[in-house]
Amino acid sequence: MHSTHTQKRLRALSTPVILILILCAFVGLVTLFGDKSLARMAAQTMIRVVFVVGLWIFVGNSGVVSFGHAGYMAIGAYASAWLTLKPQTKALFLPDLWPWLAEAQWPVLPAAIAAGLLTACVALISGAAILRLSGIAASIATFAFLAIVNTIYSNWDGVTGATSSVVGLTRYADQWVTLAWAGAAVLVAAVHANSASGLALRATREDEVAASASGINMYGHRLLSLVISGFFVGVAGALFGHSLGVLNPGSFYLGITFITLAMLVVGGVSSLSGAVTGVLVLSCLIEALVRMERGVEIGDVAFALPSGAQEILIGVVMIIVLIVRPTGLMGGRDFQWPKFGKTT
Amino acid sequence: MNNVAQLFFDAASLGGIYAMAALGIALIFGVMNLVNFAHGDYIAVCVFALIVPSSEAVAVMFLGHAPAVVLIPMLLGIGALLAMASEYVVFRHFRRADPVAMMIASFALGFVIQNGLLAVYGGRPKAISLWPDLNTPVAIAGASVPLLQVIVIVATLVVVCSLALLLKKTRIGLEMRAAAENFTMARLLGVRANVVITGAFALSGALAAAVAMIMVTQTGVADVRMGGQIMLVAFIATVIGGMGSLPGAVAAGFLIGAVSVLLQAFLPLDARPFRDAFLYTFVIVSLLLRPQGLFASNTSKPRV
Repeated sequence: MHSTHTQKRLRALSTPVILILILCAFVGLVTLFGDKSLARMAAQTMIRVVFVVGLWIFVGNSGVVSFGHAGYMAIGAYASAWLTLKPQTKALFLPDLWPWLAEAQWPVLPAAIAAGLLTACVALISGAAILRLSGIAASIATFAFLAIVNTIYSNWDGVTGATSSVVGLTRYADQWVTLAWAGAAVLVAAVHANSASGLALRATREDEVAASASGINMYGHRLLSLVISGFFVGVAGALFGHSLGVLNPGSFYLGITFITLAMLVVGGVSSLSGAVTGVLVLSCLIEALVRMERGVEIGDVAFALPSGAQEILIGVVMIIVLIVRPTGLMGGRDFQWPKFGKTT
Repeated sequence: MNNVAQLFFDAASLGGIYAMAALGIALIFGVMNLVNFAHGDYIAVCVFALIVPSSEAVAVMFLGHAPAVVLIPMLLGIGALLAMASEYVVFRHFRRADPVAMMIASFALGFVIQNGLLAVYGGRPKAISLWPDLNTPVAIAGASVPLLQVIVIVATLVVVCSLALLLKKTRIGLEMRAAAENFTMARLLGVRANVVITGAFALSGALAAAVAMIMVTQTGVADVRMGGQIMLVAFIATVIGGMGSLPGAVAAGFLIGAVSVLLQAFLPLDARPFRDAFLYTFVIVSLLLRPQGLFASNTSKPRV
């Protein structure tokens, strides 16, 4: 006979299992029934899952909106490119790399992990400063961080290729590799959220003053979650580079910041299931709209949205969701095993 | 001596633009705690209102043909109308929502406006010449300064002074200040929320139009993304000035303009492309030293 508390804990642990099953089902169905371009879309979606779940580990638990995560993503993406590109390519395009890095040619998995770790270190250092702030000031500071990263990466000619793209990355990140990372991100996010640190962090989200009056070290818990978050966002960056094969600092700026925040908010910021749902729903919507821009035939009538309609409609959908359901589609709830048996 | 005067005029005119944009953001933040990310896109819309809608590379003047006496009030009106419309359509539904949801909604609105402009005008930057005569240099205090810089400085002073008069001397100004202080209390005392908020949006939109005219004259380019950069700076100026403090926003705007011009002048040549990185580092440092802002009002710290 379980106590109510134990049963609640067990049900909380069912959330990542259900989410991972949903992700597997999504990728499986798309691969079975879709064409090649749909498979690519599935890989992109899984990368976004890694990114948004990474973002959620920090934003969802701490309640501080971060605009800086696209910057962390850029750091991870370039780190993986530095480690995996052929030395000849690097000598040609990135002549100013440090000698040991210019010689390096790592296999892809250690490179992705190293990219994540580097990003986590950067998150630790930048977070140590930024997280002394709270509320809107903290959000602005993350924005400043994004602008700093973008300025550096778009001007550091010999190391990042500046605004001319880095090309020739191995395109190994198909839907299965990205699915594995998405699963790992969901699992870690759930474990973190249910750990003592995660619960304390969510207490600070609800009420900073009451939490610190109860002896919670807000700064420490926020920093820890930002470091974990940074790791997965860095990995998402690495996967992003290895799925397109091309890197450009412009891809890690306001556009991706907007779309990922949109996914998080549309799904619901305050639960992990919300983050995942948001990515899946918006990704499907974007794909559908992109196809409609290209034109679909319904019966005999060919029908195409004007180009640009996709972005506009995404923005409109987001505003409407915010007005109608300010807490997001999931409304802060998680997918869980249904209650069973009598609880005592 | 020459150089000092030159630097001063550069700093003051850049700071003036930032200050005006920051005022536009601070006004709205003061009355409804909304960080309006769409402000930069108001600027872009005002710029594009000058030309005929088409995706050609060469811009054909549309409103831009009108003489300045007609053009300036018309463009200010367009800015104000756009801001009021966005309040009516979007932000009115967020009165009770939390600031984060509102901020993200404004982000979304900006995204919609920007892509709307992209769809109508195309993505390529266009050359526009609005009042090209204003870029002819005049000699003041031993420095040769484009006339426009002088006009910007004067215009900023005029705008700031008339805004101060409006806020101190008129009924709507009094109501706005009351609303900025404590919105709920102000409403209980008979301040009409809709009037105040719509008024703040109208002023903010007109300020965006003013910034738009200056930017177009100065750069001679219309770009869909032109509002983004200045919005970011203005936004940061509002925060380091102390959220909701109008004098703080103006002062911080000038401060950022000055720092940015000084960095441009004195950074070693190799580091100059990274100027913005230094600027934003300075912003983070300033926030760390005074998280409530350099010129924060007494009420800005929430009571527990």
